[in-house]
Amino acid sequence: MTGDDTKHLPLEDLHVAASARFGAFAGWSMPLTYPAGVMKEHLHTREHAGLFDISHMKLFEIRGPGAEALLNRACPLDAGALEISQSKYTFLLNEAAGVIDDLIVTRLGRERFMVVANAGNAEADEKHLRQLAEDFDAKGEFDAKIEALDRVFLAIQGPEAWAALSRAGIETGSLLFMHGFEPRENWFMSRSGYTGEDGFEIGLPEVDARNLVAKLLEDERVMWVGLAARDSLRLEAGLCLHGLDITPEIDPASAGLMWAIPKEVRASGAFIGADALRAILERGPAQKRVGLKPEGRQPVRPGAALFDADGNAAGHVTSGGFGPSAGHPVAMGYVLTTLAKPGAKLFADVRGSKIPVDINPLPFTPHRYRKG
Amino acid sequence: MAKTYFTEDHEWLRVEGGIATIGITDYAQEQLGDLVFVELPEPGKKLAKGDTAVVVESVKAASDVYAPVDGEITEANTSLSSDPSLVNSAATSDGWLWKMKLADESQLEGLLDEAAYKAHIG
Repeated sequence: MTGDDTKHLPLEDLHVAASARFGAFAGWSMPLTYPAGVMKEHLHTREHAGLFDISHMKLFEIRGPGAEALLNRACPLDAGALEISQSKYTFLLNEAAGVIDDLIVTRLGRERFMVVANAGNAEADEKHLRQLAEDFDAKGEFDAKIEALDRVFLAIQGPEAWAALSRAGIETGSLLFMHGFEPRENWFMSRSGYTGEDGFEIGLPEVDARNLVAKLLEDERVMWVGLAARDSLRLEAGLCLHGLDITPEIDPASAGLMWAIPKEVRASGAFIGADALRAILERGPAQKRVGLKPEGRQPVRPGAALFDADGNAAGHVTSGGFGPSAGHPVAMGYVLTTLAKPGAKLFADVRGSKIPVDINPLPFTPHRYRKG
Repeated sequence: MAKTYFTEDHEWLRVEGGIATIGITDYAQEQLGDLVFVELPEPGKKLAKGDTAVVVESVKAASDVYAPVDGEITEANTSLSSDPSLVNSAATSDGWLWKMKLADESQLEGLLDEAAYKAHIG
């Protein structure tokens, strides 16, 4: 899967210098691990601070008098209800209420929003949003500009992230979880992340990013953490990876993500997929996303089929691996709604053997966000 | 006197008295990263060259380790059940995976020596 189309991170030379092992992800050559290895990188993030290069993710700015209405159409969201600097986890949905992508939307100003999209979906998301904006514009209803920003995007995650940033000259002060702002020109910083820990995500120009990385890495509390540990951290935290746990074939109700959709939006929002989602809610989703804890040490992997005690098909695993902080294998998957109860016992087929798995509440490791 | 062979699939075999002790190379364990589980074979199981003998699981993925020659499993390294990380810390010694009685010692001739293996991994 090599070739000229593989995209490279702007800071790739720094990862090479740090002896990263690279691998392909969503069309990008990404640092998977550094010499410390996935276990140490994972545990270091939970204990101190991990530095992640997530420049494969894309920042979009949406601005103009029609920005709010465009977002309300594209996402099950009340963009107008967001206060300035408030962030919201939301989705782009298709007409069947399937998840095209999951996003974080932050209100920057009265008519300006920042959208963070997943790497593999960024181009499709941009096309989708532009198409919507054009359609609206043709009807004379909207005026919204969508700008894909050229930024390095860094995440610094863990209980000491704020202190390390402070030492590097960046005060995070009163910023609370799921809030973001523009601390400097062409910078965007939010208190957010995908590890379950307190932390920050910072989009900034490459030159500034190089300075910041150099300062952060002088601090022994900070180490580079690769995509492998990012995955084990988010899985322990019960967070969905688009493409595995949520896809255009899965709706937010089945995914257990209805908390992200405000009640009024559910009831009367005019977002794409609203009718389909209301129909699903009315009859109840046939399957639900659950946490899965395999017995013993053997991990169960995405794609593994799940069965009940009588051998009937019960669902399948969508994410699975080992949880270094949990100390045991961890997984997520979809099971028939009737079986989706904590404590229920199922069996996963792993290379022909049946591994007992318990349905386990999510997250596997408690979230430690700084909410106030 | 034991003789050591290597395969292009990054396994090593130490052969003594018709029994091969088999593991993965240091290069292979580095590529796999931290191992969290090793699925070991039962002694007595007969394997043909190319059959999956062992599955090693890292945090992220499961990888097959193939039998490099025909033979019968005589022993699996059960200390890996409690400490799979031995494969990372001591790939070519305490982190061995299984032992097998060779069915046809002439198959060894097709394997690499240390110099050839080093050239293979560059």
